[in-house]
Amino acid sequence: MTTTLAPRRRPARPGGTNEVRPAGRGGSSVGRPGFVWALPASIFFALFALVPLLAVAVLSFTSWSGLGDPKFVGLKNWEALFDDPVMLQSLWLSLLFIVLGIVTQTPLSILLGVWAAGNQRNRAILSAIYFVPLLLSSAAISVLWRALLDPNFGIPGQLSWLFGDGNVLGTQTGAIAVLIFVGMWQFTPFHTLIYQGAARQIPSVLYQAASIDGAGTVRQFFSITLPQLKNSIVTSVILMVVGGLTTFETVLILTNGGPGTSTTITAFHMYQEAFRRFDFGTGSAIALVLVVISTAISFAVVRLSGYDKMRSSLEGL
Amino acid sequence: MKTRPNYLAGIGAFMWLAIVAVPLYVMLSATFQTRAEFGDNGPLSLPASFTLQNYVDAVSSGFGLYFLNTVIVTAGVVGIVLLLVPPLSYAIVRSQSRAASAIFRLFLLGLAIPAQAVIVPVFYLINTVGLYDNLLGVILPTAAFALPICTIILSGTMRDITPELYEAMAMDGATPARAFLRLVLPLSKGGLSTIAVFSALQAWNGFLFPLILTQSESTRVVTLGLFNFQTQFGINIPGLLAAVTLSMVPVLLVYLFARRALVQGLMGAGGK
Repeated sequence: MTTTLAPRRRPARPGGTNEVRPAGRGGSSVGRPGFVWALPASIFFALFALVPLLAVAVLSFTSWSGLGDPKFVGLKNWEALFDDPVMLQSLWLSLLFIVLGIVTQTPLSILLGVWAAGNQRNRAILSAIYFVPLLLSSAAISVLWRALLDPNFGIPGQLSWLFGDGNVLGTQTGAIAVLIFVGMWQFTPFHTLIYQGAARQIPSVLYQAASIDGAGTVRQFFSITLPQLKNSIVTSVILMVVGGLTTFETVLILTNGGPGTSTTITAFHMYQEAFRRFDFGTGSAIALVLVVISTAISFAVVRLSGYDKMRSSLEGL
Repeated sequence: MKTRPNYLAGIGAFMWLAIVAVPLYVMLSATFQTRAEFGDNGPLSLPASFTLQNYVDAVSSGFGLYFLNTVIVTAGVVGIVLLLVPPLSYAIVRSQSRAASAIFRLFLLGLAIPAQAVIVPVFYLINTVGLYDNLLGVILPTAAFALPICTIILSGTMRDITPELYEAMAMDGATPARAFLRLVLPLSKGGLSTIAVFSALQAWNGFLFPLILTQSESTRVVTLGLFNFQTQFGINIPGLLAAVTLSMVPVLLVYLFARRALVQGLMGAGGK
């Protein structure tokens, strides 16, 4: 683990520019692979990710029900989308999910990550258990929680002082609370991992100096740990935004978008339009909205944090 | 390092342990109870009897086949990733052409493409080439979406190979292919196992591509099987949870034996 956690301070440039030898130290281009080596993977990736990304834009101007060929219909899907109350609601719900996800997961994962960064043996064992939810499929997690929260046979029936009539998923507030909680259960370990890695890199000299100055643990946390984790907080929050925007399985399995449409977030609305109503044109338009929003967020972050920094934090994590 | 214990974080850590462990315990204990006992006593009670019937039920309702399908998908995805990513990372790290660095930026950008965004065109593509309801149709897009993160992880490992080693190879007149086989691959074993384990995890847990691209029972994978079980016999909670438990066992075994590779992959997934 230590090798990947090591900070990569040198600007890691692709294409080997950081490995150019000074003149006279042997032919630098001898034995170097051409970009042909990169072609198979690039073509494969382009076929399933980049071309479809362009195709989704084209399909959003067509009408297609899955049979026959898509027909060009101009802006019809887009006009319908702007008049669709469920679409507008889904965007607000997505925003709500993202904000609640950040608010619940960030403080917890910082606290756990900093705690788990300590060297004590019991912490290593506990963190091994913490990471278990991260390994499980969203499908398994959602089915598990749906069973645990079953109104008749689940935990709510046994703890009626806490859950009332037990039909937790029957109200909008309850359903949203469950989705946020299950998201927290599933993804806090991941963000904990980010903070754990970052906290291990904080130079211990800082803490020693603070101790000498008489700063207590709490003071050290707020004056040293938190400011040092700033970059990780940015990374983690971005991932929560993108992750929240694309949450799908959990909604499908736990609430099916309901009750009614009250947990139909944008990604789930896209699935319903395309694969339940077989309106692939509208589905593509919604997909494009998702792409635009997540790209806009990515660009905003790249502008905020600097491209190279972003890249090295990706690699060095 | 800090010497004083941090009580606040310690208490929080143990509370979180309970939140993580209690549901998993309830799940396990339910799977060993009879349906009647589970219904009578509730999920939080200690089990009074012991039965393996729920596991028998889960397997006999088709879970064996779903497992086999998932194993095929996982093996296919790992195979494609191990075939495509090493040459790509080699080119990214060692090639001096501008195209290679442009390709690397493209893969970084690819990290930000959510599978949902392209699912309609992928569905169209898979339909057109006649791979709908075929496991190969699930393998291909799943592998493609594993490429960006695996490329970033493996390129990171390959960057740690010192230029002097390449120069020594070049001095001996080695071609790029020879340097790749004799130097780069042997020295990237750690990274290779990380991307293998990590892409396997993604394939094993994949849901959206199988959901959209398969239909019949003969191509059903484990995650879809769970979803199907829930709608089918959602009232038999011990049976359902036995299926959930079975779906988790292989991943937990890998976690037990290849924890380092998994955690490294997940940390590398910071860009996902």
